Amino acid sequence: MAESHIDVRYVANLARINLSDEEVARFGGQLEDIMKHIEKLSEVNIEGIAPSAHANDLSNRVRADIPVPSLPPKGFLQNAPDQANNQLRVPKVVDA
Amino acid sequence: MSLAASSLSSLRRQLTSGKISARDIVEDVIAQISSRDGDIGAFLSHNGEAALAAAEKADLSLPLGGLPIGIKDNINVEGHPCTCASKFLKDSYTSPYDATAITKLKAAGAIPFGKTNLDEFAMGSSTENSGLQTTQNPAAPGHIPGGSSGGSAAAVAARLIPAALGSDTGGSIRQPASHCGVVGLKPSYGRISRYGLVAFGSSLDQIGPLTHTVEDSALLLNALAGGDPRDSTSLNDPVPDYTEGLDSGVSGMKLGLPKEYFADGLCPKIRERIESTAKKLESQGAEIVEISLPHTEYAVATYYIIAPAEASSNLSRFDGVRYGNRTENPEDMLALYTDSREAGFGSEVKRRIILGTYVLSSGYYDAYYLRAQKVRTLIRRDFQEAFEKVDAILTPVAPETAPKMGSASGDPLKHYLADIYTISANLAGNCGISVPLEPIDGLPVGLQILGPHLGEKKILRCARAVEAG
Repeated sequence: MAESHIDVRYVANLARINLSDEEVARFGGQLEDIMKHIEKLSEVNIEGIAPSAHANDLSNRVRADIPVPSLPPKGFLQNAPDQANNQLRVPKVVDA
Repeated sequence: MSLAASSLSSLRRQLTSGKISARDIVEDVIAQISSRDGDIGAFLSHNGEAALAAAEKADLSLPLGGLPIGIKDNINVEGHPCTCASKFLKDSYTSPYDATAITKLKAAGAIPFGKTNLDEFAMGSSTENSGLQTTQNPAAPGHIPGGSSGGSAAAVAARLIPAALGSDTGGSIRQPASHCGVVGLKPSYGRISRYGLVAFGSSLDQIGPLTHTVEDSALLLNALAGGDPRDSTSLNDPVPDYTEGLDSGVSGMKLGLPKEYFADGLCPKIRERIESTAKKLESQGAEIVEISLPHTEYAVATYYIIAPAEASSNLSRFDGVRYGNRTENPEDMLALYTDSREAGFGSEVKRRIILGTYVLSSGYYDAYYLRAQKVRTLIRRDFQEAFEKVDAILTPVAPETAPKMGSASGDPLKHYLADIYTISANLAGNCGISVPLEPIDGLPVGLQILGPHLGEKKILRCARAVEAG
Protein backbone atom coordinates (compact mmCIF):
# COMPACT_ATOMS: atom_id res chain seq x y z
CA MET A 1 0.00 0.00 0.00
CA ALA A 2 1.41 3.35 -1.03
CA GLU A 3 1.89 6.35 1.21
CA SER A 4 -0.91 8.85 0.78
CA HIS A 5 -0.60 12.22 -0.88
CA ILE A 6 -4.30 12.83 -0.38
CA ASP A 7 -5.31 14.86 2.65
CA VAL A 8 -7.97 12.36 3.69
CA ARG A 9 -9.16 14.27 6.72
CA TYR A 10 -9.66 17.45 4.67
CA VAL A 11 -11.64 15.59 1.99
CA ALA A 12 -13.68 13.73 4.63
CA ASN A 13 -14.61 17.08 6.10
CA LEU A 14 -15.81 18.27 2.67
CA ALA A 15 -17.92 15.10 2.54
CA ARG A 16 -19.18 15.71 6.09
CA ILE A 17 -17.94 12.41 7.48
CA ASN A 18 -15.95 11.95 10.69
CA LEU A 19 -13.17 9.40 10.39
CA SER A 20 -11.11 7.67 13.04
CA ASP A 21 -7.29 7.94 12.88
CA GLU A 22 -7.19 4.30 11.82
CA GLU A 23 -9.59 5.00 8.92
CA VAL A 24 -7.59 8.03 7.81
CA ALA A 25 -4.43 5.92 7.60
CA ARG A 26 -6.10 2.94 5.92
CA PHE A 27 -8.14 4.94 3.37
CA GLY A 28 -5.11 7.11 2.58
CA GLY A 29 -3.05 4.14 1.39
CA GLN A 30 -5.95 2.53 -0.45
CA LEU A 31 -6.93 5.75 -2.20
CA GLU A 32 -3.33 6.25 -3.24
CA ASP A 33 -3.37 2.82 -4.94
CA ILE A 34 -6.67 3.63 -6.66
CA MET A 35 -5.50 7.07 -7.81
CA LYS A 36 -2.33 5.52 -9.21
CA HIS A 37 -4.48 3.26 -11.39
CA ILE A 38 -6.69 6.20 -12.36
CA GLU A 39 -3.63 8.10 -13.62
CA LYS A 40 -3.82 5.72 -16.58
CA LEU A 41 -6.38 8.07 -18.09
CA SER A 42 -3.69 10.65 -18.75
CA GLU A 43 -2.48 8.38 -21.60
CA VAL A 44 -5.71 8.90 -23.54
CA ASN A 45 -5.88 11.55 -26.24
CA ILE A 46 -9.08 13.46 -25.43
CA GLU A 47 -8.41 16.41 -27.70
CA GLY A 48 -11.68 17.63 -29.19
CA ILE A 49 -13.78 14.95 -27.44
CA ALA A 50 -17.03 16.09 -25.85
CA PRO A 51 -17.78 14.79 -22.34
CA SER A 52 -20.64 12.31 -21.77
CA ALA A 53 -22.61 13.11 -18.63
CA HIS A 54 -24.63 9.99 -19.25
CA ALA A 55 -25.23 7.39 -21.89
CA ASN A 56 -28.30 8.71 -23.71
CA ASP A 57 -28.37 11.85 -25.79
CA LEU A 58 -31.27 13.47 -24.01
CA SER A 59 -31.39 17.02 -22.74
CA ASN A 60 -33.85 19.36 -21.09
CA ARG A 61 -36.78 17.02 -21.07
CA VAL A 62 -39.88 18.80 -19.89
CA ARG A 63 -43.33 17.57 -19.04
CA ALA A 64 -46.68 19.31 -19.07
CA ASP A 65 -47.04 21.80 -16.23
CA ILE A 66 -49.94 20.05 -14.57
CA PRO A 67 -50.15 19.57 -10.80
CA VAL A 68 -50.15 15.90 -9.80
CA PRO A 69 -50.57 14.43 -6.31
CA SER A 70 -47.39 13.79 -4.35
CA LEU A 71 -46.68 12.36 -0.91
CA PRO A 72 -48.58 14.09 1.89
CA PRO A 73 -46.44 15.66 4.68
CA LYS A 74 -47.12 12.58 6.81
CA GLY A 75 -45.38 10.42 4.20
CA PHE A 76 -42.35 12.70 4.11
CA LEU A 77 -42.12 12.92 7.88
CA GLN A 78 -42.84 9.31 8.81
CA ASN A 79 -39.13 8.43 8.91
CA ALA A 80 -37.82 11.67 10.40
CA PRO A 81 -35.70 11.15 13.51
CA ASP A 82 -36.94 14.39 15.04
CA GLN A 83 -39.89 16.57 14.11
CA ALA A 84 -42.30 19.15 15.47
CA ASN A 85 -45.29 21.02 14.02
CA ASN A 86 -45.19 19.05 10.77
CA GLN A 87 -41.57 20.08 10.21
CA LEU A 88 -38.14 18.52 10.58
CA ARG A 89 -36.28 19.59 13.72
CA VAL A 90 -32.50 20.17 13.75
CA PRO A 91 -30.05 21.80 16.18
CA LYS A 92 -30.02 25.57 16.28
CA VAL A 93 -28.24 26.95 13.19
CA VAL A 94 -28.36 30.72 13.73
CA ASP A 95 -27.92 32.53 17.05
CA ALA A 96 -30.51 35.20 17.79
CA MET B 1 -39.69 -29.69 -7.86
CA SER B 2 -41.10 -27.33 -5.25
CA LEU B 3 -43.16 -24.36 -6.43
CA ALA B 4 -40.58 -21.87 -5.15
CA ALA B 5 -38.01 -23.65 -7.33
CA SER B 6 -40.04 -23.38 -10.54
CA SER B 7 -39.73 -20.89 -13.35
CA LEU B 8 -42.26 -18.09 -13.66
CA SER B 9 -43.49 -19.44 -16.98
CA SER B 10 -44.17 -22.92 -15.61
CA LEU B 11 -45.91 -21.51 -12.51
CA ARG B 12 -48.00 -19.37 -14.81
CA ARG B 13 -49.17 -22.45 -16.74
CA GLN B 14 -50.02 -24.29 -13.54
CA LEU B 15 -51.89 -21.29 -12.18
CA THR B 16 -53.99 -20.72 -15.27
CA SER B 17 -54.85 -24.39 -15.57
CA GLY B 18 -56.09 -24.28 -11.96
CA LYS B 19 -53.63 -26.91 -10.75
CA ILE B 20 -52.26 -24.61 -8.07
CA SER B 21 -53.19 -21.32 -6.42
CA ALA B 22 -51.14 -18.18 -5.84
CA ARG B 23 -51.41 -18.96 -2.13
CA ASP B 24 -49.73 -22.35 -2.70
CA ILE B 25 -46.73 -20.60 -4.29
CA VAL B 26 -46.39 -17.96 -1.57
CA GLU B 27 -46.76 -20.58 1.17
CA ASP B 28 -43.97 -22.62 -0.40
CA VAL B 29 -41.70 -19.56 -0.71
CA ILE B 30 -42.27 -18.80 3.00
CA ALA B 31 -41.58 -22.45 3.91
CA GLN B 32 -38.38 -22.60 1.83
CA ILE B 33 -37.06 -19.37 3.34
CA SER B 34 -37.82 -20.40 6.91
CA SER B 35 -36.23 -23.82 6.50
CA ARG B 36 -33.17 -22.90 4.38
CA ASP B 37 -32.38 -19.20 4.30
CA GLY B 38 -30.76 -19.37 7.73
CA ASP B 39 -27.77 -21.00 6.02
CA ILE B 40 -27.80 -18.79 2.91
CA GLY B 41 -28.72 -15.32 4.16
CA ALA B 42 -30.35 -14.09 0.95
CA PHE B 43 -33.25 -12.19 2.55
CA LEU B 44 -32.95 -9.26 4.95
CA SER B 45 -36.69 -9.13 5.63
CA HIS B 46 -40.02 -10.45 4.43
CA ASN B 47 -43.64 -10.08 5.36
CA GLY B 48 -45.32 -13.41 4.76
CA GLU B 49 -48.75 -12.31 5.99
CA ALA B 50 -48.91 -9.37 3.58
CA ALA B 51 -47.81 -11.61 0.70
CA LEU B 52 -50.43 -14.23 1.54
CA ALA B 53 -53.11 -11.52 1.64
CA ALA B 54 -51.92 -10.31 -1.81
CA ALA B 55 -51.99 -13.90 -3.08
CA GLU B 56 -55.64 -14.26 -2.03
CA LYS B 57 -56.51 -11.27 -4.18
CA ALA B 58 -54.23 -12.13 -7.11
CA ASP B 59 -55.68 -11.55 -10.58
CA LEU B 60 -54.51 -14.57 -12.56
CA SER B 61 -55.59 -13.02 -15.84
CA LEU B 62 -52.64 -10.60 -15.60
CA PRO B 63 -49.26 -11.51 -17.16
CA LEU B 64 -47.53 -12.06 -13.79
CA GLY B 65 -50.70 -12.74 -11.77
CA GLY B 66 -49.94 -14.32 -8.38
CA LEU B 67 -46.17 -14.67 -8.88
CA PRO B 68 -43.90 -13.65 -5.96
CA ILE B 69 -40.77 -11.67 -6.88
CA GLY B 70 -37.89 -10.97 -4.46
CA ILE B 71 -36.76 -7.34 -4.32
CA LYS B 72 -33.25 -6.04 -3.76
CA ASP B 73 -33.31 -3.93 -0.62
CA ASN B 74 -32.39 -0.69 -2.39
CA ILE B 75 -35.76 -0.55 -4.21
CA ASN B 76 -38.63 1.06 -2.31
CA VAL B 77 -41.72 -1.07 -1.62
CA GLU B 78 -44.39 0.85 0.27
CA GLY B 79 -44.76 -0.23 3.89
CA HIS B 80 -41.56 -2.31 3.87
CA PRO B 81 -38.08 -1.47 5.16
CA CYS B 82 -35.51 -0.30 2.63
CA THR B 83 -32.17 -0.69 4.38
CA CYS B 84 -29.75 -0.70 1.42
CA ALA B 85 -27.97 -3.18 3.75
CA SER B 86 -26.76 -0.16 5.69
CA LYS B 87 -26.79 0.47 9.42
CA PHE B 88 -27.76 3.99 8.42
CA LEU B 89 -31.26 2.84 7.45
CA LYS B 90 -31.73 -0.33 9.51
CA ASP B 91 -34.76 -0.18 11.82
CA SER B 92 -35.27 3.48 11.04
CA TYR B 93 -36.81 3.64 7.58
CA THR B 94 -40.09 2.38 6.11
CA SER B 95 -40.75 3.16 2.45
CA PRO B 96 -43.58 5.68 2.15
CA TYR B 97 -44.09 4.89 -1.56
CA ASP B 98 -43.53 2.28 -4.27
CA ALA B 99 -40.71 2.54 -6.81
CA THR B 100 -42.14 2.71 -10.35
CA ALA B 101 -40.72 -0.78 -11.01
CA ILE B 102 -42.80 -2.03 -8.05
CA THR B 103 -45.92 -0.19 -9.22
CA LYS B 104 -45.45 -1.88 -12.60
CA LEU B 105 -44.89 -5.33 -11.07
CA LYS B 106 -48.06 -4.94 -9.03
CA ALA B 107 -49.99 -3.72 -12.09
CA ALA B 108 -48.87 -6.91 -13.88
CA GLY B 109 -50.26 -8.95 -10.98
CA ALA B 110 -46.95 -9.90 -9.33
CA ILE B 111 -46.44 -9.96 -5.56
CA PRO B 112 -43.25 -8.16 -4.41
CA PHE B 113 -41.94 -10.53 -1.77
CA GLY B 114 -39.23 -9.74 0.76
CA LYS B 115 -36.09 -7.63 0.52
CA THR B 116 -32.77 -9.20 -0.43
CA ASN B 117 -29.24 -8.55 0.79
CA LEU B 118 -26.68 -6.45 -1.11
CA ASP B 119 -23.36 -4.70 -0.72
CA GLU B 120 -24.16 -1.58 1.30
CA PHE B 121 -25.81 0.96 -1.06
CA ALA B 122 -24.92 -1.47 -3.90
CA MET B 123 -21.21 -0.65 -3.57
CA GLY B 124 -19.29 -3.85 -4.15
CA SER B 125 -19.13 -7.08 -6.11
CA SER B 126 -19.31 -9.69 -3.37
CA THR B 127 -22.16 -8.77 -0.98
CA GLU B 128 -19.44 -8.90 1.69
CA ASN B 129 -19.86 -5.14 2.08
CA SER B 130 -23.37 -5.63 3.46
CA GLY B 131 -23.56 -3.86 6.78
CA LEU B 132 -26.20 -6.30 7.97
CA GLN B 133 -25.48 -9.93 7.08
CA THR B 134 -23.43 -12.40 5.08
CA THR B 135 -24.83 -14.18 2.02
CA GLN B 136 -23.45 -17.54 0.92
CA ASN B 137 -23.17 -18.71 -2.67
CA PRO B 138 -25.82 -21.49 -2.74
CA ALA B 139 -23.85 -23.40 -5.40
CA ALA B 140 -20.63 -23.25 -3.38
CA PRO B 141 -20.88 -22.45 0.34
CA GLY B 142 -17.82 -20.55 1.56
CA HIS B 143 -17.66 -18.66 -1.74
CA ILE B 144 -19.12 -15.20 -2.37
CA PRO B 145 -22.43 -14.99 -4.25
CA GLY B 146 -21.10 -12.00 -6.17
CA GLY B 147 -22.67 -8.60 -5.89
CA SER B 148 -23.98 -6.20 -5.34
CA SER B 149 -27.30 -8.01 -6.03
CA GLY B 150 -25.91 -11.08 -4.22
CA GLY B 151 -29.04 -11.63 -2.13
CA SER B 152 -31.31 -11.64 -5.19
CA ALA B 153 -29.00 -13.99 -7.12
CA ALA B 154 -28.62 -16.34 -4.14
CA ALA B 155 -32.38 -16.34 -3.45
CA VAL B 156 -33.11 -17.47 -7.00
CA ALA B 157 -30.15 -19.88 -7.24
CA ALA B 158 -31.10 -21.50 -3.91
CA ARG B 159 -34.64 -21.84 -5.26
CA LEU B 160 -36.13 -19.89 -2.39
CA ILE B 161 -38.16 -17.76 -4.83
CA PRO B 162 -38.80 -18.04 -8.58
CA ALA B 163 -37.30 -14.65 -9.54
CA ALA B 164 -35.97 -11.41 -8.07
CA LEU B 165 -35.12 -7.84 -9.03
CA GLY B 166 -31.62 -6.44 -8.74
CA SER B 167 -29.88 -3.26 -9.79
CA ASP B 168 -26.76 -2.95 -11.93
CA THR B 169 -24.41 0.06 -11.77
CA GLY B 170 -21.22 -1.69 -12.90
CA GLY B 171 -22.21 -5.36 -13.21
CA SER B 172 -24.24 -5.83 -10.04
CA ILE B 173 -26.89 -8.00 -11.73
CA ARG B 174 -24.75 -9.84 -14.30
CA GLN B 175 -21.80 -10.77 -12.06
CA PRO B 176 -23.80 -12.35 -9.18
CA ALA B 177 -25.95 -14.10 -11.81
CA SER B 178 -22.76 -15.57 -13.27
CA HIS B 179 -21.36 -16.57 -9.86
CA CYS B 180 -24.62 -18.17 -8.70
CA GLY B 181 -25.70 -19.79 -11.98
CA VAL B 182 -28.86 -17.84 -12.85
CA VAL B 183 -29.90 -15.52 -15.68
CA GLY B 184 -29.29 -11.80 -14.99
CA LEU B 185 -30.32 -8.97 -17.32
CA LYS B 186 -29.15 -5.37 -17.22
CA PRO B 187 -31.42 -3.46 -19.57
CA SER B 188 -30.26 -0.44 -21.56
CA TYR B 189 -29.92 2.78 -19.58
CA GLY B 190 -33.38 4.36 -19.44
CA ARG B 191 -35.33 1.23 -20.37
CA ILE B 192 -36.70 0.85 -16.80
CA SER B 193 -37.55 3.78 -14.55
CA ARG B 194 -35.13 4.38 -11.70
CA TYR B 195 -37.74 6.22 -9.62
CA GLY B 196 -37.66 4.68 -6.14
CA LEU B 197 -34.33 2.91 -6.67
CA VAL B 198 -31.98 4.42 -4.09
CA ALA B 199 -29.52 6.29 -6.31
CA PHE B 200 -25.86 5.23 -6.36
CA GLY B 201 -24.50 6.29 -9.77
CA SER B 202 -27.46 7.99 -11.43
CA SER B 203 -26.00 7.91 -14.94
CA LEU B 204 -25.18 4.19 -14.61
CA ASP B 205 -27.89 2.53 -12.46
CA GLN B 206 -30.49 0.22 -14.01
CA ILE B 207 -33.00 -2.16 -12.43
CA GLY B 208 -33.26 -5.65 -13.95
CA PRO B 209 -34.41 -9.23 -13.33
CA LEU B 210 -32.59 -12.30 -11.99
CA THR B 211 -34.37 -15.47 -13.06
CA HIS B 212 -33.99 -19.19 -13.77
CA THR B 213 -34.68 -18.87 -17.47
CA VAL B 214 -34.25 -16.41 -20.33
CA GLU B 215 -38.00 -16.55 -20.97
CA ASP B 216 -38.66 -15.41 -17.38
CA SER B 217 -36.23 -12.54 -17.89
CA ALA B 218 -38.24 -11.45 -20.95
CA LEU B 219 -41.54 -11.82 -19.06
CA LEU B 220 -40.31 -9.51 -16.30
CA LEU B 221 -38.83 -7.01 -18.76
CA ASN B 222 -42.24 -6.84 -20.48
CA ALA B 223 -43.75 -5.70 -17.20
CA LEU B 224 -40.95 -3.36 -16.10
CA ALA B 225 -39.93 -1.51 -19.27
CA GLY B 226 -41.25 1.86 -20.36
CA GLY B 227 -41.02 5.61 -19.85
CA ASP B 228 -41.93 7.28 -16.57
CA PRO B 229 -42.65 10.99 -16.03
CA ARG B 230 -40.98 10.60 -12.61
CA ASP B 231 -37.63 9.64 -14.17
CA SER B 232 -36.55 12.12 -16.83
CA THR B 233 -33.79 9.74 -17.95
CA SER B 234 -36.28 6.94 -18.72
CA LEU B 235 -37.04 6.32 -22.37
CA ASN B 236 -40.47 6.54 -23.96
CA ASP B 237 -39.55 4.21 -26.82
CA PRO B 238 -42.24 1.60 -27.48
CA VAL B 239 -41.97 -1.60 -25.44
CA PRO B 240 -42.03 -4.65 -27.70
CA ASP B 241 -43.11 -8.11 -26.51
CA TYR B 242 -39.73 -9.42 -25.37
CA THR B 243 -40.96 -13.03 -25.30
CA GLU B 244 -41.85 -12.92 -29.00
CA GLY B 245 -39.21 -14.52 -31.26
CA LEU B 246 -37.16 -15.81 -28.32
CA ASP B 247 -36.81 -19.23 -29.91
CA SER B 248 -35.93 -18.06 -33.40
CA GLY B 249 -32.27 -18.98 -32.90
CA VAL B 250 -29.03 -17.29 -33.91
CA SER B 251 -29.01 -18.19 -37.58
CA GLY B 252 -27.91 -15.11 -39.53
CA MET B 253 -26.79 -13.24 -36.41
CA LYS B 254 -23.33 -11.71 -36.36
CA LEU B 255 -21.63 -12.12 -32.98
CA GLY B 256 -18.40 -10.36 -31.97
CA LEU B 257 -15.62 -11.55 -29.70
CA PRO B 258 -13.71 -8.45 -28.49
CA LYS B 259 -10.01 -9.29 -28.42
CA GLU B 260 -9.37 -6.99 -25.43
CA TYR B 261 -11.70 -9.12 -23.27
CA PHE B 262 -9.69 -12.29 -23.84
CA ALA B 263 -6.28 -10.91 -22.90
CA ASP B 264 -4.20 -11.71 -19.81
CA GLY B 265 -6.00 -12.01 -16.52
CA LEU B 266 -8.89 -14.16 -17.73
CA CYS B 267 -9.09 -17.67 -16.25
CA PRO B 268 -8.18 -20.03 -19.13
CA LYS B 269 -11.09 -22.37 -18.34
CA ILE B 270 -13.57 -19.51 -18.67
CA ARG B 271 -12.01 -18.57 -22.00
CA GLU B 272 -12.41 -22.17 -23.20
CA ARG B 273 -16.07 -22.27 -22.12
CA ILE B 274 -16.82 -19.08 -24.03
CA GLU B 275 -14.93 -20.15 -27.14
CA SER B 276 -16.69 -23.51 -27.24
CA THR B 277 -20.05 -21.75 -26.78
CA ALA B 278 -19.20 -19.44 -29.66
CA LYS B 279 -18.37 -22.49 -31.82
CA LYS B 280 -21.71 -24.03 -30.95
CA LEU B 281 -23.53 -20.84 -31.92
CA GLU B 282 -21.53 -20.81 -35.16
CA SER B 283 -22.71 -24.34 -35.89
CA GLN B 284 -26.27 -23.06 -35.42
CA GLY B 285 -25.78 -20.49 -38.16
CA ALA B 286 -24.30 -17.48 -36.38
CA GLU B 287 -21.28 -15.73 -37.84
CA ILE B 288 -18.51 -15.21 -35.26
CA VAL B 289 -16.10 -12.33 -35.85
CA GLU B 290 -13.25 -10.83 -33.86
CA ILE B 291 -13.82 -7.19 -32.98
CA SER B 292 -11.95 -4.53 -31.04
CA LEU B 293 -13.11 -2.26 -28.20
CA PRO B 294 -9.84 -0.31 -27.97
CA HIS B 295 -10.61 1.75 -24.85
CA THR B 296 -11.42 -1.26 -22.68
CA GLU B 297 -8.24 -0.86 -20.63
CA TYR B 298 -9.44 2.57 -19.45
CA ALA B 299 -12.90 1.45 -18.35
CA VAL B 300 -12.07 0.67 -14.72
CA ALA B 301 -10.30 4.01 -14.20
CA THR B 302 -13.15 5.89 -15.88
CA TYR B 303 -15.78 4.08 -13.86
CA TYR B 304 -14.03 4.57 -10.52
CA ILE B 305 -14.05 8.30 -11.09
CA ILE B 306 -17.61 8.66 -12.38
CA ALA B 307 -19.40 6.21 -10.07
CA PRO B 308 -17.88 7.51 -6.79
CA ALA B 309 -18.36 11.11 -7.95
CA GLU B 310 -22.06 10.50 -8.50
CA ALA B 311 -22.29 8.48 -5.27
CA SER B 312 -20.67 11.22 -3.20
CA SER B 313 -23.37 13.59 -4.40
CA ASN B 314 -26.27 11.13 -4.14
CA LEU B 315 -25.36 9.98 -0.64
CA SER B 316 -25.28 13.52 0.72
CA ARG B 317 -29.00 13.02 1.38
CA PHE B 318 -28.12 10.67 4.24
CA ASP B 319 -27.59 13.48 6.69
CA GLY B 320 -29.51 12.39 9.78
CA VAL B 321 -32.24 14.98 9.23
CA ARG B 322 -34.95 13.42 7.10
CA TYR B 323 -34.53 9.71 7.75
CA GLY B 324 -32.15 7.08 9.01
CA ASN B 325 -29.42 7.22 11.60
CA ARG B 326 -29.14 10.32 13.74
CA THR B 327 -26.46 10.83 16.33
CA GLU B 328 -27.66 11.49 19.90
CA ASN B 329 -27.49 15.08 21.15
CA PRO B 330 -25.24 16.62 18.49
CA GLU B 331 -23.37 19.72 19.60
CA ASP B 332 -24.36 21.59 16.43
CA MET B 333 -25.63 21.11 12.89
CA LEU B 334 -22.22 20.11 11.53
CA ALA B 335 -21.79 17.44 14.21
CA LEU B 336 -25.26 16.14 13.35
CA TYR B 337 -24.05 15.46 9.80
CA THR B 338 -20.53 14.23 10.47
CA ASP B 339 -21.35 11.98 13.44
CA SER B 340 -24.54 10.51 11.93
CA ARG B 341 -22.64 9.62 8.76
CA GLU B 342 -19.61 8.25 10.59
CA ALA B 343 -21.74 5.84 12.60
CA GLY B 344 -24.14 4.90 9.79
CA PHE B 345 -21.84 4.14 6.85
CA GLY B 346 -19.53 1.16 6.43
CA SER B 347 -15.94 1.31 5.14
CA GLU B 348 -16.58 0.83 1.41
CA VAL B 349 -19.25 3.53 1.38
CA LYS B 350 -17.00 5.99 3.22
CA ARG B 351 -14.10 5.15 0.89
CA ARG B 352 -16.17 5.79 -2.23
CA ILE B 353 -17.70 9.01 -0.89
CA ILE B 354 -14.22 10.30 -0.11
CA LEU B 355 -12.86 9.22 -3.49
CA GLY B 356 -15.81 10.88 -5.23
CA THR B 357 -15.50 14.06 -3.20
CA TYR B 358 -11.78 14.19 -3.96
CA VAL B 359 -12.14 13.85 -7.75
CA LEU B 360 -14.83 16.54 -7.76
CA SER B 361 -12.99 18.91 -5.47
CA SER B 362 -11.69 22.28 -6.53
CA GLY B 363 -8.54 21.99 -8.63
CA TYR B 364 -9.06 18.32 -9.53
CA TYR B 365 -12.36 18.43 -11.40
CA ASP B 366 -10.87 18.88 -14.88
CA ALA B 367 -8.04 16.42 -14.33
CA TYR B 368 -10.29 13.63 -13.13
CA TYR B 369 -14.05 13.99 -13.55
CA LEU B 370 -14.10 15.92 -16.81
CA ARG B 371 -11.36 13.76 -18.31
CA ALA B 372 -13.26 10.62 -17.30
CA GLN B 373 -16.42 11.93 -18.97
CA LYS B 374 -14.47 12.42 -22.19
CA VAL B 375 -12.99 8.93 -22.04
CA ARG B 376 -16.55 7.74 -21.45
CA THR B 377 -17.44 9.26 -24.82
CA LEU B 378 -14.64 7.21 -26.42
CA ILE B 379 -15.89 4.02 -24.72
CA ARG B 380 -19.41 4.73 -26.01
CA ARG B 381 -17.99 5.23 -29.51
CA ASP B 382 -16.15 1.91 -29.33
CA PHE B 383 -19.50 0.18 -28.81
CA GLN B 384 -21.34 2.26 -31.42
CA GLU B 385 -18.71 1.30 -33.99
CA ALA B 386 -18.75 -2.36 -32.92
CA PHE B 387 -22.52 -2.58 -33.20
CA GLU B 388 -22.34 -1.32 -36.76
CA LYS B 389 -20.54 -4.58 -37.51
CA VAL B 390 -22.20 -7.10 -35.17
CA ASP B 391 -25.61 -7.80 -33.61
CA ALA B 392 -24.26 -8.75 -30.20
CA ILE B 393 -20.95 -9.22 -28.37
CA LEU B 394 -19.91 -12.32 -26.42
CA THR B 395 -17.63 -11.83 -23.40
CA PRO B 396 -16.78 -13.22 -19.98
CA VAL B 397 -18.65 -11.73 -17.00
CA ALA B 398 -15.79 -11.90 -14.52
CA PRO B 399 -12.11 -12.95 -14.74
CA GLU B 400 -12.68 -15.95 -12.46
CA THR B 401 -15.45 -18.01 -10.89
CA ALA B 402 -16.77 -17.00 -7.45
CA PRO B 403 -13.77 -16.44 -5.15
CA LYS B 404 -13.73 -17.65 -1.54
CA MET B 405 -15.12 -15.22 1.01
CA GLY B 406 -12.60 -12.71 2.31
CA SER B 407 -10.11 -13.22 -0.50
CA ALA B 408 -9.87 -9.56 -1.52
CA SER B 409 -10.51 -7.87 1.81
CA GLY B 410 -8.21 -4.94 2.50
CA ASP B 411 -7.45 -4.48 -1.19
CA PRO B 412 -10.31 -2.54 -2.79
CA LEU B 413 -8.39 -1.96 -6.05
CA LYS B 414 -8.19 -5.73 -6.61
CA HIS B 415 -12.00 -5.89 -6.31
CA TYR B 416 -12.45 -2.93 -8.67
CA LEU B 417 -10.20 -4.42 -11.36
CA ALA B 418 -12.38 -7.56 -11.45
CA ASP B 419 -15.28 -5.42 -12.76
CA ILE B 420 -13.47 -4.95 -16.09
CA TYR B 421 -15.88 -6.95 -18.30
CA THR B 422 -19.13 -5.50 -16.99
CA ILE B 423 -18.64 -1.79 -16.32
CA SER B 424 -18.24 -0.66 -19.93
CA ALA B 425 -21.88 -1.53 -20.65
CA ASN B 426 -22.95 0.84 -17.86
CA LEU B 427 -20.65 3.60 -19.10
CA ALA B 428 -22.00 3.18 -22.64
CA GLY B 429 -25.63 2.53 -21.61
CA ASN B 430 -25.87 -0.76 -23.49
CA CYS B 431 -27.86 -3.80 -22.42
CA GLY B 432 -26.21 -7.01 -21.26
CA ILE B 433 -27.22 -10.40 -19.98
CA SER B 434 -25.42 -13.18 -18.13
CA VAL B 435 -26.58 -16.67 -19.04
CA PRO B 436 -25.22 -19.79 -17.30
CA LEU B 437 -22.73 -22.08 -19.05
CA GLU B 438 -21.51 -25.50 -17.88
CA PRO B 439 -19.98 -25.02 -14.37
CA ILE B 440 -16.19 -25.09 -13.92
CA ASP B 441 -14.98 -27.38 -11.12
CA GLY B 442 -18.44 -27.22 -9.59
CA LEU B 443 -18.62 -23.43 -9.68
CA PRO B 444 -21.18 -21.65 -11.88
CA VAL B 445 -20.01 -19.42 -14.71
CA GLY B 446 -21.94 -17.17 -17.05
CA LEU B 447 -21.51 -15.89 -20.58
CA GLN B 448 -22.11 -12.18 -21.02
CA ILE B 449 -23.98 -11.13 -24.14
CA LEU B 450 -23.86 -7.38 -24.76
CA GLY B 451 -26.29 -5.69 -27.10
CA PRO B 452 -26.70 -2.27 -28.65
CA HIS B 453 -28.79 0.37 -26.95
CA LEU B 454 -32.39 -0.96 -26.74
CA GLY B 455 -31.17 -4.21 -28.30
CA GLU B 456 -32.72 -6.38 -25.57
CA LYS B 457 -34.58 -8.59 -28.04
CA LYS B 458 -31.33 -9.54 -29.75
CA ILE B 459 -29.48 -10.51 -26.59
CA LEU B 460 -32.47 -12.37 -25.17
CA ARG B 461 -32.76 -14.38 -28.38
CA CYS B 462 -29.05 -15.17 -28.33
CA ALA B 463 -29.15 -16.04 -24.62
CA ARG B 464 -32.07 -18.37 -25.25
CA ALA B 465 -30.01 -20.18 -27.91
CA VAL B 466 -27.15 -20.60 -25.41
CA GLU B 467 -29.57 -21.84 -22.75
CA ALA B 468 -31.12 -24.35 -25.17
CA GLY B 469 -27.61 -25.72 -25.89
